[in-house]
Amino acid sequence: METTWFCFVALMLGAYVVLDGFDLGAGVAHLLIAHSDDERRAVLRSIGPVWDGNEVWLLAAGGTLYFAFPALYASSFSGFYLPLMIVLWLLILRGISIEFRNHIESLVWHPFWDAVFAGSSALLTIFFGAALGNVVRGVPLDHAGDFFLPLWTDFTAGPEAGILDWYTVLVAIAALLALTAHGALWLALKNRGVLHARARVLASIVWWAVLAAVITITLVSFHVQPHLQQSFDARPWAYAFPLIALVGLFSMKIMNATGRDKEAFLSSCAFILGMLTSVAAGLYPYVLPSSTDPALSLTIYNTAAARYGLEVGLFWFIPGMLLTSAYFIYTYRSFAGKV
Amino acid sequence: MDALTLHRLHFAFTITFHYLFPQLTMGLALLILVLKTMALRTGNEHYHHAARFWARIFAVNFAVGVVTGIPMEFQFGTNWSRFSRAAGGVIGQTLAMEGVFSFFLESSFLGVFLFGEKRLSPKAHWFAAFLVFFGSWLSGFFIIATNAWMQHPTGYRLGAGGEILLTSFAALFTNPWLFWQYLHNMTGAVVTASFVMASVGAFYLLSHTHEPYGRTFVRVGVIAGTISSFLMAFPTGDGQGKNIAFHQPVTLAAMEGLFHTENGAPLAILGQPDTEKHRLDNPLIVPNALSFLTYQRWHAEVRGLDSFPRDVWPDNVQLLYYSYHIMVGLGTIFTGLMALAAFALWRGTLYRSRRLLWLVMLMLPFPYIATTAGWMTAELGRQPWLIYGIMRTPTGFSPHVSAGNVLFTLIGFMGMYTILGILFLFLIHREIEEGPEHAA
Repeated sequence: METTWFCFVALMLGAYVVLDGFDLGAGVAHLLIAHSDDERRAVLRSIGPVWDGNEVWLLAAGGTLYFAFPALYASSFSGFYLPLMIVLWLLILRGISIEFRNHIESLVWHPFWDAVFAGSSALLTIFFGAALGNVVRGVPLDHAGDFFLPLWTDFTAGPEAGILDWYTVLVAIAALLALTAHGALWLALKNRGVLHARARVLASIVWWAVLAAVITITLVSFHVQPHLQQSFDARPWAYAFPLIALVGLFSMKIMNATGRDKEAFLSSCAFILGMLTSVAAGLYPYVLPSSTDPALSLTIYNTAAARYGLEVGLFWFIPGMLLTSAYFIYTYRSFAGKV
Repeated sequence: MDALTLHRLHFAFTITFHYLFPQLTMGLALLILVLKTMALRTGNEHYHHAARFWARIFAVNFAVGVVTGIPMEFQFGTNWSRFSRAAGGVIGQTLAMEGVFSFFLESSFLGVFLFGEKRLSPKAHWFAAFLVFFGSWLSGFFIIATNAWMQHPTGYRLGAGGEILLTSFAALFTNPWLFWQYLHNMTGAVVTASFVMASVGAFYLLSHTHEPYGRTFVRVGVIAGTISSFLMAFPTGDGQGKNIAFHQPVTLAAMEGLFHTENGAPLAILGQPDTEKHRLDNPLIVPNALSFLTYQRWHAEVRGLDSFPRDVWPDNVQLLYYSYHIMVGLGTIFTGLMALAAFALWRGTLYRSRRLLWLVMLMLPFPYIATTAGWMTAELGRQPWLIYGIMRTPTGFSPHVSAGNVLFTLIGFMGMYTILGILFLFLIHREIEEGPEHAA
C-alpha cells in the first residue's frame, strides 16, 4: 500500500514537472527568443489557457503527499522552510505577471511584467532543481525526524551542508537547462515563423549543455548518494528508467533537428520523466535520506499514514485522477494547434 | 516575539488576506451564473455584456485568490509541522480531495469560460460557468470539512504515539459541525458578492455612467443580498450558534461576554469585557435573550466562563468577543439596509433614491469585515485548541523553524501582499471605470 502511494505521488510530481515544466521553460525562453510585443504575446498565448491547470499538479501532489505521507510532509516542508517560502513568493510573482500583463496597454507595464515572468520562471526551475538535489543528497535528520537547513553554509555536500552546495547547485543548473529546452520545444510546437525558428535554435543549442549536465550529475550522484547504486543493484529492471531518459534525450535532438516538433517535445517529456523516475527508483524505499546516520532516514514505511486511510484514499483518488485526465485531454484538445 | 506568536500571526495574516478573494470568487461565481441564465433566457445582449464584465473582475480576483492560496496549503507543513505529523492522515484526506476534485475542475474550466465564449454554443458556455461555480463551491466544501474537523473532530482514534488515526472516512463528511458552517460560510460569500455588485451598480447610477448596467447590478445585487443577508441570520447563523453552544460551550460564554452562569442569561449588544474583574463594562443587554436563542426557553441556564477551568478558556476572550459582536452587528445592519433597498426596488423608487444608493455604495467594504470577523470568531473561539479537545495550539508549530526565520517570511508576505493589494485595486478600478461595454 505504501509503495502504491509512493508511485502515485511520484507520478503526480512527474506530471507537474513535465506540464508546468514547459510553461516554466517558456518563461525562461521568453526574453531570449521573443523580442517584440507581438512575439511576447504569442509566447504567453502558447501557455495562456493551460499554465494554471499545470500548476495545480503541484498543489494536488502536495495534498496527496500530505495525506499519504504526513510525517514526510511535516519534516520536509518545515526543514526546507526558507527555500519553500521563496518558491511561494516566486509563484505569486509569476502568476500575477502572466495574469496582469495584458490588462493595460503600456510600454512600461508590459516589459516590467515580461521581466518578472522570465526572472521568476528561471529562479523557480533553479529552486526545484536544488530541491531535487537536496532530496538525493539527504539532510541532517534528528531522532524525531526533523531538520532545518539554512540556504547555504560552506557549499560542501557534507553533513553541514545548506540547501545550496556544489552538488545541489549542479542539479539546479541541470534543471534550468532541461526545462529551458523543454519550454523551447513547446514554443516551437505552438508557434510559426520567426518565433518557431528561434525556439528550435534555442532548444538545439541548450541541448548540448543539457547533455553535459546530465553526464556530470549522473556521475556525481552515485558518489554523493551511495544508496542509488544499491537500489539499482537490487532491482536491475529499474535501469529501464535511465534508459528511457537516454532515448528521450537523443530522440529530442534528432526530432528537433529534423523539424518534427511534436515528437521532439514528447521526447523531452520522456527524458524528464525518465530522469525523475530514475531518481525515485534509486531512492526507494527512502523518501528523504539522512546525511548523517542512514538509520534516521525517512522511508515510505516510517512516514506513511495509517493503512485504513491509505486504503480508503484509493476509492476517491483513482476516480479523481480519471476525471482529471479527462479535463486535461479536453483542455489540450481544444487548445491544439498553433496559436 | 516568541516563535509561537509569530507562527500564529503568520497564518492569521496570510489566511485573512487570502480569504478576501475566495469569498468574492465563490459568491460572484453564483451571480455570474444568474446573469448568464438571464442572458440565455432573454437572449438579450445586455446580460451577456453584464456577465462578461463580471467575468473580467472574476478573473483578476481569481488569480489573486490562487496565488495567495498556494501558501496556505504549504504552511501546514512549513509552520505547523507537529500538527501536520499528528493530523495529516486525517485532514490530508480532505485537503488532497480539494486538490484532486476542485482545483483541477476550476482551473480547467475557468480557461474554457474566460476564453471560450466565441467557440462554444451559449448553452455550453453557460455550462462552463456552472462548472466554475461548482468547482469553487466544492473547494469551499473540502476546506470547511477540514476546519469543521478541527473544530469538532470525528471519526478518529488516538494511536500509541499520540498520532491521530482516521477510523471513518464517512465521519469527515457527516460531521454535524460541517453542515451549518458550510452553509453559513457560503451564504456569507454570496452576501459579499451581492454587496459588491450592488455597490458598483449604485456607483454607476450615482455618477450617471453606464446606467442600464447600474440598474441591472443594483437589482441583482439587492435581491441576492436581501435573500443571503436573511439566510445569514436564520437558519445558518442560528444553526452554527447552536453547534457552538452544544460542542464548545466555553466559546459561547466568551463570545457573549458571559462571565457568570445564569438562568435567563442576557444577550449583550454592547459592552467591553473585563477579564480581570470578570464583568462586562458599560453593558447594553437584552434580558434573557441569550437563554432563549440558545435553548428556546427564557430562563434556561447558560454556563458562564466562571464555570470552566481557566486553562480551557479561549486565550483571547476580548478579541473573540469583539470579533463576534462586529460580525453580528454588521450582519444586522446588512439585513436592515437590504430590506429597505428591496422595498424601494419593489416600489420602483430605488434607482432614483440617491440617499439609499449612497448607502448601498458605501457598504462595499463591510461584508469583507464581517466575514473576516466571522472567521476570527471561529478560529479564536477554537483556542486554546488547535484540534478541539485533542491538541493544544502551542504543541503544533514547527519546532526547528526559529522565530527569526518566521519573522523574516512574515515581513516578506506583508510586503508582497501590500503590492498585490494595490495592484488588485488598481486593476479593478480600471475595469469599473471602463465599464461593461468595453471590449477586453
